[in-house]
Amino acid sequence: MIALTHDPIDYLGLTESVRRPGSGAVVTFLGTVRDLTGDERTEALEYEAYPEMAELKLAEIERECRERWPVGEIAMVHRLGRLSVSEVSVAVAVSCPHRAQAFEVCRHAIDRLKEIVPIWKKDIRPDGATEWVH
Amino acid sequence: MSNVTVRLFARARDLAGRERVELGLAEQGARVVDLRRMLTELYPELGEFLDRCLVAINGEFADDFAVVPDGSEVAVLPPVSGG
Repeated sequence: MIALTHDPIDYLGLTESVRRPGSGAVVTFLGTVRDLTGDERTEALEYEAYPEMAELKLAEIERECRERWPVGEIAMVHRLGRLSVSEVSVAVAVSCPHRAQAFEVCRHAIDRLKEIVPIWKKDIRPDGATEWVH
Repeated sequence: MSNVTVRLFARARDLAGRERVELGLAEQGARVVDLRRMLTELYPELGEFLDRCLVAINGEFADDFAVVPDGSEVAVLPPVSGG
């Protein structure tokens, strides 16, 4: 399952959605908004996407994972819009027969997401200054 | 003459002040590199940042030598920072 959403991510429901009888391992990764980058304080992050292409690329990542590992189910959701510190920006949930596979798939999926999916974030500072993270 | 829609995202959109541009490419068989040159002339504010951007044609990454088909949607993609 792949989705872009402006609403808070239901990561518990997402984790439940990948559970399968043949999968003995479930791994969920959450990316959350961090308050500090070096010495710079973040008030919020604003995410935007090229949605049509982002969905194509997320589907490509799912295919990669299914070709390389015995994936039971995989779900990837990325949030868009303005997020406050600690909010969940991205969730990847994976089930596999065994834990090593599930960890590997989850790691691969989030690494590839950060590499090829056209989504960007703008850092909003407490004083209102903004800067694209590129 | 072929017509393409160019979509700009994130900092590229902010610099150009546009999120969508309709361009007429003078010659059939124009390549991404030709389109980059046109964008630089039209939006000098993009400057060297455009060199850091990738280009996609109809949702797929395209290198500078890729031909831009008539009617395609071209996207200017700054280095991604999702997650």
